[in-house]
Amino acid sequence: MGEKILMKGNEAIGEAAISAGCRCFFGYPITPQSELPAFLAKKMPLVGGVFLQAESEIAAINMVYGAASAGVRVMTSSSSPGISLKQEGISYIAGAELPVLICNVQRAGPGLGTIQPSQSDYFQAVKGGGHGDYRLIVLSPSSVQEVIDLIRLGFDLADKYKTPAMFLAEGMLGQLMEPVDLGDYKPNIPDKPWALTGCKGREKNIVTSLWIDPEELERHNLELQKKYAKIKENEQRWEEFKFDDEAEYLIVAHGTMARIAKSAVIKAREEGIKTGLIRPISLWPYPEKAFANLKNIKKILVVEMSMGQMVEDVRLSVNGRVPVEFFGRAGGMFPTVNQILGKLREIK
Amino acid sequence: MEKIFGMPKSLTAKPFSFCAGCTHGIIHRLVAEVIDELGIKESAIGVGSVGCSVFSYEFFDVDMASASHGRAPAVATGIKRARPNNIVFTYQGDGDLAAIGTAEIVHAAARSEKITVIFVNNAIYGMTGGQMAPTTVLGQKTETTPYGRTVENQGYPVKMSEMLSALDGSNFIERVTVVTPAYVNKAKAAIKKAFQYQIEGKGFNLVEVLSTCPSCWGMPPLKAMDWLKENMLPVFPLGVYKDNGNK
Repeated sequence: MGEKILMKGNEAIGEAAISAGCRCFFGYPITPQSELPAFLAKKMPLVGGVFLQAESEIAAINMVYGAASAGVRVMTSSSSPGISLKQEGISYIAGAELPVLICNVQRAGPGLGTIQPSQSDYFQAVKGGGHGDYRLIVLSPSSVQEVIDLIRLGFDLADKYKTPAMFLAEGMLGQLMEPVDLGDYKPNIPDKPWALTGCKGREKNIVTSLWIDPEELERHNLELQKKYAKIKENEQRWEEFKFDDEAEYLIVAHGTMARIAKSAVIKAREEGIKTGLIRPISLWPYPEKAFANLKNIKKILVVEMSMGQMVEDVRLSVNGRVPVEFFGRAGGMFPTVNQILGKLREIK
Repeated sequence: MEKIFGMPKSLTAKPFSFCAGCTHGIIHRLVAEVIDELGIKESAIGVGSVGCSVFSYEFFDVDMASASHGRAPAVATGIKRARPNNIVFTYQGDGDLAAIGTAEIVHAAARSEKITVIFVNNAIYGMTGGQMAPTTVLGQKTETTPYGRTVENQGYPVKMSEMLSALDGSNFIERVTVVTPAYVNKAKAAIKKAFQYQIEGKGFNLVEVLSTCPSCWGMPPLKAMDWLKENMLPVFPLGVYKDNGNK
């Protein structure tokens, strides 16, 4: 265990990325993740890395495509409207099977919305925001320590599976300051014989998402699906809190929302409502294994900073075994402990 | 017998998929010859685009990426910044570079990206069947300007070499064509210069090549070459628009 240092969420993203061997960052300014590019603009030159402010989100994601093609660890970061602009590029990255990490420090939509935190990009992140049959590995942190851990994991998984990963946080985590332990992590960067490095001593390499022959494209899609099935089997992650033999009610919440939900679980227990919590950490693959044993559970309450998106994946995982209720706030507002308690009392 | 002429090493054996009489084939060959002659085949990384040039990754025998529509300069930027010792080039048409990709090409030039851009201007969208391009000349009939391009409806053709040469970040910009053997030789010299500058660490370098599209212009190849001379050269004058190395 190393010494703990105090760090802001947005800076922790940058610190973790550099420790993971990320040496290229391309981005475009947007609130509320501005501290991250500012941090990397200072740090990247000191480690021999590249920081480049692009002319648009679209250019930034395509620069990411280029750098990933060239075989380096690369990241971009933005917030909701900017992530919408990147979707075409993300689809190409998934099609070309390039390992990249995309950070979305979410704000509330739709449209220009507001700069306050939100979880309303869930569908876009886990269901595929761009065109075509593809998936992103999506990781949802709930503390600054977990920012460090999941940024590193995101890079490692992206490289392991040759697929884009998304770090999906809410605006408030970017601003939150907490003690973190950087530990003694060593990045796991595999050889990339497929990368574009110049064809010296080998046949040429091609990075493309174009398969003009429908039979070839179907084969490519089937290969992608095989890879996604492997990820679904191996990479489900979640945390349980008081989900014990006594628990009769279950709250499901992710990211910073889960911190509020944890307080609600403690309060509920104090007033005799035996409640537990599942906090999905991987949003895709969705941790459906967490819902394997629901035999004592009477009802599930899903709480989100949205009008109800993750609740659909809970319903799919539960598959009708237990009634699933929902409570959410939108527009940058978040459900309070008292509101969650009120909803628990109502459904009890 | 000594073999004195053959396929450039930097072209694959795959037959071109271009229509008969299209000058893309000549331009591909010139780029490949230049890569061979400069001895950069093993360090070159090309970026293809969307349009008739979309299969360029199959024809150039060097490492290749394919970019989404218009974004080749951004992809090339990512590659060059990640691997500054490689020689990075894009091969883009006029729909790709001068319409949907305007922001990417302008800012790659403004940043003095140390890349080489081969910009093929045939005044039309060929791959999608002959729609108006940003470079379609006034009066030119296309699928989407059936009565001819007019100032009132579609405005003026975009002159990219003139625009980009006005940016401080551009290093070398030349407009050439390939419709006569003499022009082909000049085009090759320009392409060579645009790569040579990158080897010397200088950017941004672009060669605009006026090219024919007999299929979508609706005329035989030889007539297309005459049409280019009569209708495109007055709008897109040939010449060196920027050469910082000759200052």
